[in-house]
Amino acid sequence: MRTLRQVGIVGYGAYVPMYRLNAAEINRMWGTSGAPVEEKSVVALDEDTVTISVECAKQAVKRAGIDPYQIGAVYVGTESKPYAVKPSGTIVAEAIGATPSVSTADYEFACKAGTEAMQTCIGLVGSGMQRYAMAIGADTAQGRPADALEYTAACGGAAFIFAERSAETVAYVEASYSYVTDTPDFWRRPKEMYPRHGNRFTGEPAYFKHITGATKGLLQETGYKPEDFKYAVFHQPNTKFPITVARSLGFSIDQINPGLVVGKVGNTYAGSSPMGLAATLDVAEPEERIFMVSYGSGGGSDAFIFTTQEALKDKRGGPKLGSYIDRKKNVDYATYLRHRGQIIQ
Amino acid sequence: MRRVAVAGVGFIPIKEYWDRSLQDLFAEAALKAVRDAGGTEVDSVYVSNMSGSLMQDQINLGALVADSLGKPGLPAVRVEAGTASGGVAFHEAVKAVASGYSDCVLVGGVEKMSDVLPEVATTAMVMSEEQEYTAYTGVTQAGLSAMLHRLYLDLYAEPAEVGMMAVKGHDHSVGCKHAQYPFRMSIDRAMDSPMEADPIHTMECSGVGDGAAALVLVPAGESGVEVAGSAVATDCCSLTTRNDPLVFDAVKRAAEKAYRMAKVKPGDVDLAEVHDDFTIDGVLSLEALGLAKQGEAAKLVAGNATDKDGKIPVNTFGGLKARGHPLGATGLYQVAEVTLQLRGAAGDHQVPGAEVGLAQSMGGVASVSAVNILRRFGK
Amino acid sequence: MSVPRYWRNEVPRYRLMGRICKACGARYFPAKPVCTCGNAGFEDYKLSEAGEVVTWTVIRSPPLGYERYAPYVVALIELDDGMRLLSQVVDVDPAEVRAGMRVEAVFRKVREDGPSGIIQYGYKFRPVVE
Repeated sequence: MRTLRQVGIVGYGAYVPMYRLNAAEINRMWGTSGAPVEEKSVVALDEDTVTISVECAKQAVKRAGIDPYQIGAVYVGTESKPYAVKPSGTIVAEAIGATPSVSTADYEFACKAGTEAMQTCIGLVGSGMQRYAMAIGADTAQGRPADALEYTAACGGAAFIFAERSAETVAYVEASYSYVTDTPDFWRRPKEMYPRHGNRFTGEPAYFKHITGATKGLLQETGYKPEDFKYAVFHQPNTKFPITVARSLGFSIDQINPGLVVGKVGNTYAGSSPMGLAATLDVAEPEERIFMVSYGSGGGSDAFIFTTQEALKDKRGGPKLGSYIDRKKNVDYATYLRHRGQIIQ
Repeated sequence: MRRVAVAGVGFIPIKEYWDRSLQDLFAEAALKAVRDAGGTEVDSVYVSNMSGSLMQDQINLGALVADSLGKPGLPAVRVEAGTASGGVAFHEAVKAVASGYSDCVLVGGVEKMSDVLPEVATTAMVMSEEQEYTAYTGVTQAGLSAMLHRLYLDLYAEPAEVGMMAVKGHDHSVGCKHAQYPFRMSIDRAMDSPMEADPIHTMECSGVGDGAAALVLVPAGESGVEVAGSAVATDCCSLTTRNDPLVFDAVKRAAEKAYRMAKVKPGDVDLAEVHDDFTIDGVLSLEALGLAKQGEAAKLVAGNATDKDGKIPVNTFGGLKARGHPLGATGLYQVAEVTLQLRGAAGDHQVPGAEVGLAQSMGGVASVSAVNILRRFGK
Repeated sequence: MSVPRYWRNEVPRYRLMGRICKACGARYFPAKPVCTCGNAGFEDYKLSEAGEVVTWTVIRSPPLGYERYAPYVVALIELDDGMRLLSQVVDVDPAEVRAGMRVEAVFRKVREDGPSGIIQYGYKFRPVVE
């Protein structure tokens, strides 16, 4: 997919809460011995998807150097929105001063809700409908106790403000692609507290199939090959999957490493590949090409090709995602339950 | 303006009255006060109550108590100024008699805190603060005073010196029949008690109790106890806009006006009942009243100057900490105690030769204060 | 909690927006209807979002609605523009708070009106993240 006019990222922000639950502590609790990640991020008592989104959005606005009133769209992609009915987007838009001349809604597509929001924002800006449009992917993912996904279900997010490509944008979008099928690998019914999943079914027919499909689709459309990219970001549900899919598609460990944050923060669901993109932008030089593919259960993948620009060097001030990752305090399992609201008071 | 005298006082012990209502408690104190005044005919009533609307779902207390006193028809109104309600209600009653509008006013305070859970009492107290930007932070009344306490410790005193405010109160409450905690408390007990809101310890905070205290005011006659000075003042509600958060301007303003009216200086005061809901509030009140220089009140209290036989006896029946602090009634307990002192009727708590007594009441984190100065006159 | 009451305080709380007196320049947060100079005309004033702790306490017996969060720190903070406000300080061990500590504004949950009521957000402060 390409836009009629070129679109770029004029500002971005990313955030992860400071608390961590490490795999060893989960193993201590359940007498298990897994470690799909080293540790995962846990919200503070007073954080949720909305507060994380606002944190990311404010950083993006600051780095963009734009008047937030000019932002014409705020889309939040998440599977842990605090209200089942009432958009997170309106609270974020109000908090940053984008209201009232703004369009907002919340997106759900499991871990690719954030990149769905990105596709929409690219469309709004690319068509000329909006001057600035912000896409946010953020989650406070609910991990079922004693389930394999408890090790990884984490909290965090990233925000991207799209604008017409110019000297002010830090990277521009070359093309994007979406690959979606109905694949029930992981889901949650409304009155359930935790999702259910198909265990090994979430691998090959879900994650790998759709990332591969989106990758091949976009590469075919654009004529690029894996070696044409300096960096690659894949959805990161655990440490193993993105490394495996990268290799299978012809990408190297060096390409994915800067964006691979999952080992230290876990799977931030709708924030996962967006945070990977933010981490990559934090270290990239101008004129470097980034390949990014999300995966959302249900299932589907959004693939993007970004090329960085000169402005990147001057527009990533303030704490980088790495600073938030390094700012951490480990908690025990009981404190983790308390922070996740799982203790009945 | 006429001179106003206290014709009668009446009050009940401060404790938990599970089986009695606001009206019951008010009536008991009121009847005692009226009897003490020689059974005069009251022509209007001021009721002081802070949290009846929250704790008993009860407003319009003026009508309620007039009715419950067997006198439906009397002019009656509730006065509310946070925990300064008692002192402010007294001030209103004084004005009614001084102006000539009323000839015999009953002013009584009542509170029943035991009807609610502690967390509701905590919430009731912070209702005195601005709700949207102060209370919204989750701060409590103790928390606000605690922030001042910390500043005071940084600049002027040791924790134990401020803590002595509570210890001295307990020294004075021993043997007091109406005190909630009529026993000594050591400084170690206070300093070892858990933190309420750091750095304030639990045993530096007044407790929760029920009580009622009433007085009858009439035009002054030949002799007795008169109201020499009475004033109310406010201050910025929020600590964020005060010039010096350690100066209680509301207390200072009210005190200056009351001293002027009474034609006395702080040094002329023989005893003072001050608002020590938290030890630091008592300390800062003493300074704002001019009874201690800024930064010196804690050391003064920790020494012997505010003991019963000291230079300026303070909280002679225990103060808010040891006598008790039933919110809306407290200010009237203070005035009643000053009256007893000036009558020479304070028993073991007597300050010998007391002629001028001061009662200071305050609400919120000193956003409102009433200072009432009484004087023995005649015979 | 009253929805209108919450709603009308959103902009000041979400964006640290105060008011400045058009006549004398005095700044207010929160807004007041009348300035101490007597004037009643104001303009928006955006507060600084960083400052330092002046004094603080730790709330251990919270009021209704704040039970889930205790113990928490409440501080008197002086912002870089000279304005002062009261706020919780979060993302820090209460024992590590110090006078002079540099803090920055963050957007956080303040309380919830039970499982079915609205969620109330507002500003809090945290130690500055570099």
